Amino acid sequence: MRPSRTIDISTGLFVLLGFAAILFLVTQITNREFSLRSDSYRLQAQFENVGGLKPGAPVSMAGVTIGRVESIGYDMDLFKAVVTLRIDTRYDRIPNDSDASILTAGLLGGQYVGISPGGSDESFRDGDRVEFVQDAIVLENLISKYLFSQAGSKDRGDDSPAANPAATE
Amino acid sequence: MKALALDLAASLARFLERLGGLARFALSLLWQSPGALLRPRLVVEQVYNTGALSLVIIMTCGLFVGMVLGLQGHDLLQRFGSEEALGTGAALSLLRELGPVVTALLFAGRAGTALASELGLMRATDQISAMEIMAVDPMRRVVVPRFLGGVIAMPLLTAVFIAVALFGVQLVGVQLLGVDQGQFWSQMRGAVELGDVREGLVKGFVFGVACSLIAVFEGYNAQPTAEGVGRATTRTVVNSAVVTLVLDYMLTAIML
Repeated sequence: MRPSRTIDISTGLFVLLGFAAILFLVTQITNREFSLRSDSYRLQAQFENVGGLKPGAPVSMAGVTIGRVESIGYDMDLFKAVVTLRIDTRYDRIPNDSDASILTAGLLGGQYVGISPGGSDESFRDGDRVEFVQDAIVLENLISKYLFSQAGSKDRGDDSPAANPAATE
Repeated sequence: MKALALDLAASLARFLERLGGLARFALSLLWQSPGALLRPRLVVEQVYNTGALSLVIIMTCGLFVGMVLGLQGHDLLQRFGSEEALGTGAALSLLRELGPVVTALLFAGRAGTALASELGLMRATDQISAMEIMAVDPMRRVVVPRFLGGVIAMPLLTAVFIAVALFGVQLVGVQLLGVDQGQFWSQMRGAVELGDVREGLVKGFVFGVACSLIAVFEGYNAQPTAEGVGRATTRTVVNSAVVTLVLDYMLTAIML
């Protein structure tokens, strides 16, 4: 058996290395940047359709992340999705006529909330509602809209293409 | 036909007997564990034996697992034109599955066999009986510190494995194959939740308990012959691997 001092030192090094690895995993590869600071305020926005937006998705202005989506709920009175945004207090002068839209990062990327500033002199306060919103774009809706518009322009004057799709051939 | 049925019944009875013995052994280990913490020196020695001495093999294997993951992941993702997702895919698969499972298999091969053969040899050379004669409880003096050492070492080894493997992925993906560094890390950070890290560490801990328990149980109850020690060592590796993979499925089903 080796002298116990060597054992102690190597065990200490091993444990230190283990905890350093855990610390690395927790701080470097997870998205905890905003949950560490609690200085933030909340905004609400109502959408007809949030698409694939998830809690924790970034809220960005001009591509800079200024907050996170805190929660997504459904309002049974309005029949709309209610999205709560948590914005860092460093960004506390957003005009209160700014609009929020749900956008997609890249082709396979996740969805996020983009805010483009308006022209008002007053800024959002904690708990305010974002009035101007733009829903998530659902690909199927876009495609069907395009298809129907194509069909409609071809046989204008005929029967409605939706009622009689076979007529387009 | 009747002989076959009798054989089956006998082997079933043997299996149940062994399972019951394992449960009883585990309970008495748990019962004795707080007492062993009063003598931390013995536990520290075993953390050194099972943890610090396994570090080199864990880091080497982690590096190569990560590098292979980088190559394969890059090849696959290239077909979809989204090489930047390499960091996300590698980090999630390492944290959730590969890290804990491969670490547990290596741990069983490196530390589990050492524990089992050491205890088996103590049994075969009557050292354990000698302790009992001297009124030293071999469970408390020998078995519990080895078990605790393994339980403490496994989660730390898992974390080291994952961190080194991520370095390997980064090495191949970013340095060799030219994935954009910023995209690699930021997509990873965007997708990995704290829960994924927790899942990996919880799995590492559970596998550590299972593998250490199997190793000390097989070693302590080995037949006191040269052949018996060998068989105990083999059984340690085989049983640890099977139990690890079965537990992995169960834990994944619970935590996903």
